Amino acid sequence: MPETWINIFLFVMLAATALAVVRTRHLFAVVMLSGVFSLLSALLFVTLDAVDVAFTEAAVGAGISTVLMLGTLALTSRREGPVSASRQLWALPIVVLTAAALVYGTLDMPGFGSPDAPAQRHIAPHYLGETASEIGIPNVVTAVLASYRGYDTLGETAVIFTAGVGVLLIISELGRRRRRDDEDEEGSVRNPEGAGDRIGGNSRSDGDIR
Amino acid sequence: MIDWQFIIDHANYWLFILLMMTGFYIVVSRGNLVKKVVGLNIFQVSVFMLYISIGKVSGGTAPILPVDLETEPGVVYSNPLPHVLILTAIVVGVATTALALALIVRIREEYGTIDEDGILAIEQAIVRGENVRHGDAMGDRA
Amino acid sequence: MRHHLILRTVSKLLIGAILLFGLYVQFHGDFSPGGGFQAGVIVAVAFILHGIVFGLGMVQRVFPRWLVHKLAAVGVLVYAGTGVLGMFLGYDFLDYGAFSPDHPSHGQHWGILAVELGVGITVAGVMVSVYYAFAGRPPQMSDEDW
Repeated sequence: MPETWINIFLFVMLAATALAVVRTRHLFAVVMLSGVFSLLSALLFVTLDAVDVAFTEAAVGAGISTVLMLGTLALTSRREGPVSASRQLWALPIVVLTAAALVYGTLDMPGFGSPDAPAQRHIAPHYLGETASEIGIPNVVTAVLASYRGYDTLGETAVIFTAGVGVLLIISELGRRRRRDDEDEEGSVRNPEGAGDRIGGNSRSDGDIR
Repeated sequence: MIDWQFIIDHANYWLFILLMMTGFYIVVSRGNLVKKVVGLNIFQVSVFMLYISIGKVSGGTAPILPVDLETEPGVVYSNPLPHVLILTAIVVGVATTALALALIVRIREEYGTIDEDGILAIEQAIVRGENVRHGDAMGDRA
Repeated sequence: MRHHLILRTVSKLLIGAILLFGLYVQFHGDFSPGGGFQAGVIVAVAFILHGIVFGLGMVQRVFPRWLVHKLAAVGVLVYAGTGVLGMFLGYDFLDYGAFSPDHPSHGQHWGILAVELGVGITVAGVMVSVYYAFAGRPPQMSDEDW
């Protein structure tokens, strides 16, 4: 029973954080709140028995992604412009319709924590029962991750590598150095604001503050 | 007649859908690209929580066996499979978030704004300018 | 960065402990929560903390950019190489029984260790190189604007 109350408390905190993200216009606060959201969800993962997931979420969500978003803010701007009313008006029915469809989808789902749900009776008993004899390591999550589903994890590692290469191609200085040399030869000075002159002479360099 | 047991059994799904929709609302209703990415993150974490809650077994514990690998008969473990899938998805998620943020940085450099409406206005201005210059040859794209 | 005395001192103490904890998570992942994904992130965080507190130039002297980029690729190669090695020994791709034919679960131990190491190297390499890419650009606003 205390577990239920902890879950309810964590959920209320999560909902409050999400609402605060909706309301806040200061992007620095938004990024920090998203870190708080990740940390709270890590706590919820612990109460749902997913300790490995909680560990990852705490390290990744509250650590790395907050740092990356702050880095983006330093390179862009920290204020969100005013939101158009028509956009908000249109968003509401879309969201309500999606929510209704999703809730309809859950109506024939098995109950929370039910031991005879299909998900619990398919292959999980094999993993839990045979890991001791087939793999011989105590952490079943690691056994499934690295051995039973090794192909899967190889693919995920390749995806992470590819995303990293993509980031380097988009914003790394590696390819840029050569281009800047070319520009210097032509005698043009690069605009520190980056844009503006290249986009047909409009001067909206602080357009997002408006 | 309200079926309370049904509501208690399914409330977890509905609560996570509520969080998901909060993230979705941010994505749809806000024009600022950084805020959209934060909204997507909230959406993503809510999906993770939905998955993990499917793997939970009442009275269960974390799927880590005793060090001597001798499982006691009475102990129930939660389903490890959703944990594995979500564990990798979190790290892949931050890698793709980094990709989105890199695109935002480049957009800011090219357009001078990270607001969706502002970018659209600049794009339309460019197309209109091209139409004036090239006239009917471009087929009046604007 | 001269003025953050407490931050600099505490970070100096912490970075060693964070790296050690990363190694513990990496190699103790068979027995307790943890593994390559978490360990890679924790090791990357140690270098990112160093970069934030002491500046990008200092951390790139310790952990140069070319090395980080190569590590991201090396991890995937270690993972795939483990699978290919098993194939050369006459087993299936990623069948760790190949590494200890007499005692299959020992082979599993070796295989999982190698594969998790590959994951950890890739994750650490990608996270640090992404941080370098973001931090290496000239910022658009000054420190006072925050």
